[in-house]
Amino acid sequence: MSANTGALWEHYENLEQQHEANVLGMWVFLATELLIFGALFTGYAAYRAQGDYSASFEHASSKLNLGIGAVNTVVLLTSSLTMALAVRAARLGRRRALVVLLLLTALFGTVFMGFKAVEYYEDYEKKLVPGLAFDPEEWRHGPVKPGPVQLFLMFYYVMTGLHAVHLTLGIAIMLTLAVMAGRGSFSPRWYAPVDIWGLYWHFVDVVWIFLLPLLYLIGTHGKF
Amino acid sequence: MAERVSSPTTYYAVFGALIALTALTVGVSLLNLGPWHTAVGLAIATTKALLVALFFMHLLHGSRLAWVALAVGVFWLGILMVLTLADYLTRPWLYN
Repeated sequence: MSANTGALWEHYENLEQQHEANVLGMWVFLATELLIFGALFTGYAAYRAQGDYSASFEHASSKLNLGIGAVNTVVLLTSSLTMALAVRAARLGRRRALVVLLLLTALFGTVFMGFKAVEYYEDYEKKLVPGLAFDPEEWRHGPVKPGPVQLFLMFYYVMTGLHAVHLTLGIAIMLTLAVMAGRGSFSPRWYAPVDIWGLYWHFVDVVWIFLLPLLYLIGTHGKF
Repeated sequence: MAERVSSPTTYYAVFGALIALTALTVGVSLLNLGPWHTAVGLAIATTKALLVALFFMHLLHGSRLAWVALAVGVFWLGILMVLTLADYLTRPWLYN
């Protein structure tokens, strides 16, 4: 890749077309990612929409730590801002700003993961982990049943877990790009890696934007 | 390449709107909306996702080819969701 710095591969007409092809490739990949996460959202919706599950889902949702969920949303949105500014810096050839903004993006991603780790541990202490720390007797009142509650919690772990895997990969990529940028690998003529991994980062942010209401906000907090 | 370089002010404004919408969605969750939490939450989330896609992901000024890839992804997601839910949501009809 670095051999290609600022150069045109022979199967493209010009740099603009080459860049557009790179961006299109990432969008096609993101379309497949949409279906990976989409399958989980569909499974969630299929159960949530059934009357005997929804009350348990809403009750379990109100037990999650909304404070951490909200703070993490702000952290991730901030990382998207620094990512967008990083792509802009790359396009304008501002090397120093690019390195700093990529490192900041990786830092905010790491802060998110830190909060998530604290939250998972708290979930464990609050006995919200089916099979590991969970007391079915706590979840038998009115329409709330332990089975559906465990299903909701599993959706919570699988969805946030898959999101965390994507974010971890994103952090590693941001650090790699920062090193490449520091070495002067990018120029306004060729900065496609920054641009397309920026798209990936924003996509991971968008997934979280939907996870926040569906996992944390479906119940009424503090009213149960 | 030939894409317009957005001013940082645009990004800051979009960021401000995203933070405001996050505060709104969290604030609304503290109210007792009964069954409306999901609908309100998804409406706000969709607005935020559009802001990110249009401005941060350059859909607004970028290549129109990206719209095709996105439209195809959303269309297939629609098939996945509509056909699956058409099955699950109509099963109780058999027993009523």
